[in-house]
Amino acid sequence: MGKPVSRNESPIESRSMLLNVGPQHPAMHGIVRIITRLQGETVIGAEVEIGYLHRAFEKMCEQGPYNNAIPYTDRLNYVSPLINNIGYCLAVEKILGINTTERCQYIRVLMSEISRVTDHLTCVGATAMELGAFTVFLYMIKAREFLYELIESVTGARLTISYARIGGLKADLPEDFEEKALIAVKETRKVLKEIEDLLDKNRIFVDRLRDVGTISKEDAIAYGITGPFLRSTGATYDVRKANPYLVYDRLDFDVPVGEHGDNLDRYYVRMEEMQQSLRLIEQAIAQMPKGPILVTPDGKVVPAAMMVDEAKMGRVQGFQAVKVEADPTLDGSAGASHDVVYSENKRVALPAKEDTYGNIEGLMNHFKLVMHGHGLRPPKGEAYFAVEGANGELGFHVTSDGTDRPYRVRVRPPCFPIVAALPKLIIGEMIGDIVPTFGSVNMIGGELDH
Amino acid sequence: MTLAEQVKAKFFNSVTEAYTDKGDEVVRVKRESIKALLSSLKKDPDFDFDLLMDVFAVDYLHWEEKEIRFEVNYNLFSLKKNHRLFIKCGVPELDAQIDSAVSVWPAADWYEREVWDMMGIVFNGHPNLKRILMYESFQGHPLRKDYPYNRRQPIIGPVN
Repeated sequence: MGKPVSRNESPIESRSMLLNVGPQHPAMHGIVRIITRLQGETVIGAEVEIGYLHRAFEKMCEQGPYNNAIPYTDRLNYVSPLINNIGYCLAVEKILGINTTERCQYIRVLMSEISRVTDHLTCVGATAMELGAFTVFLYMIKAREFLYELIESVTGARLTISYARIGGLKADLPEDFEEKALIAVKETRKVLKEIEDLLDKNRIFVDRLRDVGTISKEDAIAYGITGPFLRSTGATYDVRKANPYLVYDRLDFDVPVGEHGDNLDRYYVRMEEMQQSLRLIEQAIAQMPKGPILVTPDGKVVPAAMMVDEAKMGRVQGFQAVKVEADPTLDGSAGASHDVVYSENKRVALPAKEDTYGNIEGLMNHFKLVMHGHGLRPPKGEAYFAVEGANGELGFHVTSDGTDRPYRVRVRPPCFPIVAALPKLIIGEMIGDIVPTFGSVNMIGGELDH
Repeated sequence: MTLAEQVKAKFFNSVTEAYTDKGDEVVRVKRESIKALLSSLKKDPDFDFDLLMDVFAVDYLHWEEKEIRFEVNYNLFSLKKNHRLFIKCGVPELDAQIDSAVSVWPAADWYEREVWDMMGIVFNGHPNLKRILMYESFQGHPLRKDYPYNRRQPIIGPVN
C-alpha cells in the first residue's frame, strides 16, 4: 500500500505555461498583448504590452496650428470624443486667459455628459457581451444610438465630431434639440432599467464579476488610477466635484462610490454614473441661457451664398445690419447664433460671416486667423487643464512658444495607468477572468497608445 | 503663502524656484535631489501627495531662453488635501538621465518608460526601462524636436 495522495499534491507533474493573449484576440481589441504565465488555469504572472495603435498624437499636434489638433483629439477616446475636444480647448483657453460665453459652457457640459453616457454604455455593454450576455450589448447599443443621433444632429458626425473650437464651439444647438434630447434621455433611462433587471440579479453575471479583479484603494491610488475605477474602491475623487470647471458647480449631481474595488462594483458605479449624467443633461437643458438664434432685425434676410456673391462684386453696403439665413448648426459661425457660442475675443474667434463678407475689419480678422503663418497665437507659456473623462482624469498640458503652433501637447490619458496596473488585477485569478477584468478597465486604444 | 512657496520653504536645499503660473503651483528642482524630494512630498503630512498624475518631458531645443535642453515634469496630486503641484527638473542633453520614482509610486513605471521611449531620457534605478509605445528595434526617440515627424522606419516584428 503506497502513501495516499493528498488532494493538493497532484500525482501528475505540472509545469507553468506561457500563453499570449492578444493582440489578435477579440477581447483585446486587437491592440493589447498580455503575456501570461499559467499554472493550470491560474494566472501566476502577467506582462502587458501596448503600443500597437500608436499614432503619434503628441508629435502631430506640434505640426499644425492650434485648431488643427482638434480632429486628433477626437481620435484619442473614440467613444467619448467630445470630452477630449473640450479638454484640449480648455487647456489652450487657459494659456490665452479667455472665457467662453455662458451658453457655450452649458453646451460643453451637456455634450460632455452625453459622451460620458455613450462611453459607459459601450463599456458595460461590451463587458456583458464578453460574458455571453449578447442581449445586453444590443440593448445598450440601442440606447447609445439615441444619443449618437442626438450628437449627429448637433455636430454633423457620429464619431469624429470635432465640435469644440478654441474660444467656443463650431455651432449652436439645432432648434428642435430640446425635445429630441429629452426623448433620448427618457429612452436611455428605459434601457438602463431593462439592463438593471437583466443583470443586477443575474446569477451568472454577478458570480463572474464579484470579487474578481479586486484592487485596494491604496493600490489604486499608488498606481495613479482615477475615474470610475478609483471610485469603485471607495475613493471619492471626481474632477467635476474636486475642481469644478465650466458650470459644473451650478449643477446638482452625486458621485457614486463603490466599496470593494472589484469588477461588480465598477459595473454598479458606471450604471449609477449614467443616471447622474442623465440628470446633468436635463439640468443643463433647463438652465441653459437662451441665446438669439437667427433673429432677423427688420425681417430682411439674405441667404449666405447670395451674400458671398454680392460681396465678390463689391456690393457690400448695409451688409452689417443684415442677418445671414443659414442653418445655425452646420454652416459654421452663422449669423446671430455666432456670438452666443463663441468668445468675443478676436484673437481666437472667427468673425460671423456677415462681418467677414461685409466689412474690412471682419475680413482682416478672418484672414489673420486662418492664413498660414498668422493664426491663433497664444502668449509664451504653458497650462494644464484636467477634465473628468469617462475613464478618469483627462488632462492636457499645452506649451506655447508664441507662434501659431503648439510647441508641445501632452495628454494624460486616463486609461494608461489602469492598464499599467492590469497585471496586479489579473495575477491570482483564473484565465477566464482576464476577459471581464479587461472589459471593466474600459481600455480605449486611441488614448492608451496616444 | 502659496503651496509652491511652502514646498520651497521646507525643502530649500533642493528647490531652486517656486512660482504660480495661471493658477498652477510650480516648483523647479535640482536634478540630483529629485527622488528624495518626491518621496518626502509623498510622506510629508503637510503635502500628502499620494497620487502621481503624470510624468512627461518637454524638449526645449528650439527655445532660445532655455539653456538646458530637456525638462521632466511631474504632476502630483493629493486626494486628501485636493491640491496639485507641478515639479520641473532640467535634464541636459549630453547627460540625459534622472533618478527613477518607481520605488515611490508604482505609477511612475509606465510614465517613465514612455518618457524614455519618446524623449530618450534614462531613469536610473528603473526596474524595466524599455520602450513602451514604439517597438524595440526603433531607432531614435520620436518626440525629440530634431526627429522629423515624417521620417519612416521599417516596421520589424517583435523579437520574442
